[in-house]
Amino acid sequence: MHIKNPWAKLIAIVVALVWVIPFIGIVMSALRPSQEVLYGWWRPPFHFSFKNLVGAWTHPTASLSIGLRNSVQVAIGATLLPTFVASLMAYGLGRLRFRGRGPLLMLIGLLLALPQQMIAWPLFREMHALGLLNSLTGLILAHSAWGLPWMVFFLRGYIETLPVELEEAARIDGAGRLKTFIYVIFPLMLPALASVMVLQFTWVWNDFFMALILIFDPNKMVITQQIPLLRGQYHVDWGLLSAGTLIAMSVPLLVFVFLQRYFVRGLIGGAVK
Amino acid sequence: MRSTPRAEAKGTREGRPRRGLPLLFARARKGEGPAALGFLSLGLLLIALFVIYPSVRTLWLSLFDKEGFAGVSNFIDLFRDREIVDFGRFLSREPPWGALLHNLVWTVIHLPLTVGLGLVLAVVFSKVKSWWVGLARGAIYLGIVTPLIVGGVIIRFLFEKHAGLVPQVLGALGAGAPWSAGWTAYPETALLALVIGSVWLWTGFSMVLHSAGLSTIDRELYEAAQIDGASEWAQFRHITLPLLRPVTLVVAAMTFLWELKIFDIVYVATMGGPGGASNVLALEMYFSAFRELDPYRASAIATLITLFSLPVGYWFARRRLGR
Repeated sequence: MHIKNPWAKLIAIVVALVWVIPFIGIVMSALRPSQEVLYGWWRPPFHFSFKNLVGAWTHPTASLSIGLRNSVQVAIGATLLPTFVASLMAYGLGRLRFRGRGPLLMLIGLLLALPQQMIAWPLFREMHALGLLNSLTGLILAHSAWGLPWMVFFLRGYIETLPVELEEAARIDGAGRLKTFIYVIFPLMLPALASVMVLQFTWVWNDFFMALILIFDPNKMVITQQIPLLRGQYHVDWGLLSAGTLIAMSVPLLVFVFLQRYFVRGLIGGAVK
Repeated sequence: MRSTPRAEAKGTREGRPRRGLPLLFARARKGEGPAALGFLSLGLLLIALFVIYPSVRTLWLSLFDKEGFAGVSNFIDLFRDREIVDFGRFLSREPPWGALLHNLVWTVIHLPLTVGLGLVLAVVFSKVKSWWVGLARGAIYLGIVTPLIVGGVIIRFLFEKHAGLVPQVLGALGAGAPWSAGWTAYPETALLALVIGSVWLWTGFSMVLHSAGLSTIDRELYEAAQIDGASEWAQFRHITLPLLRPVTLVVAAMTFLWELKIFDIVYVATMGGPGGASNVLALEMYFSAFRELDPYRASAIATLITLFSLPVGYWFARRRLGR
């Protein structure tokens, strides 16, 4: 299949350049003194400066050190909680037969296509009533519930590919449903759980809308909320803003570099099949 | 011939013709309602509280206004609202055209570009081995993990007047304003800048899924075609394309849903401006709810987005549930 095709290589080069250059621009303007990049990050002279990174990290009104800490808490909480809940649900929907299972699956399937705007206003009011506005707990709960439908769908699909015989063997030995789930199914699900967790973590980290409507306190804001605040009122300080985006991107980037396999598998499993 | 074992496998999985299943499983069936409730209750509670209730409430609110029950009048008002649809300006080609038309234009440009580009790149990259391919793949993948808020900043940065690469290059090539000025500052170019940027961010999704689809195609098909003397184009046209069709459909569906709810990019890059020229439905809904504090109009917009999403969601859910 590997044909020496000069066009293919040319396309690869052009595409690589087009896709890489914007990222290079951000890195350059983040790591150079602000006044050097006023008329373009590609213009010499090139000097290295930590000033923008430090400026974004310790910004007076949107210190990314705070946002990063909040984002870590929210992303971890909103990954672990729904992963646990979704694995239980997936087993219930994948293996147990009960009345209303079909319609329930269809309902959960439809929720996959729901836009966040559909829940925004009532969710805001509800969180206010529950005293969970401006709280990381509230945001974690919202993200958890929001992520559940696709996680359940993904995990249910995986469970249905597992052989039933193992469970039957466990049940003949007298294990109940819960025991069967904990000792037989859960260990078998680990690869799928890894994919689900990596994807959910990245999505929660990257989310902006949910945080925007539920968090206002500058000390509770997550990192994606702080990025627009770094822009400044009257003119855009591109050095500072680039440094901020670099910091905000660093975590999903690390996840992707080290856990790419699970990420891609999750993406594929969620869509193709 | 091939369909027989497949149909059988499906039959056992759905559990309708129960002949092949052990007695044990059939007996356990009766008492599975309570067990299912145990496994499902926690998740259903969370979903009911924070997804279902708010959605139903939004739907409900969309039928009311300050005075009380309003029927579908909120929706009728939306279609008369210049912020949502402005056909007159659309025909005169002078933006703003209204949020709904902006979403539509976005879709018309973005959908074929990302789906097609992802497909072509997946095929091309499967044919060449070069470190350029590795670099290109890596950079395109990056778009998927980039927070969209960061993506929006990068787009703005690319099209900025002095600091941005695109206007500077176009200016050097002799183009005039607005092409050589800040794209996001001019109504004629703001939306286009965002759409181009979103192609840059989303093509990775299409490429990853098409690559995965390609790897499932049997190599022998290509070998047989080569023996028959089929050209590369013919192989693409008659083997790759038809066999990738299910994947392409899924990519197109998910891309459509993504375009409908586009928000972060616009919020950070243009705030829907200048003068509403890059406004979209999701942003208009946000303004309506949280700036103008009009939950009724906001709910109507949200419901409208949902009405557009649901048919695709229904098709997708049915497909995944194998019905």
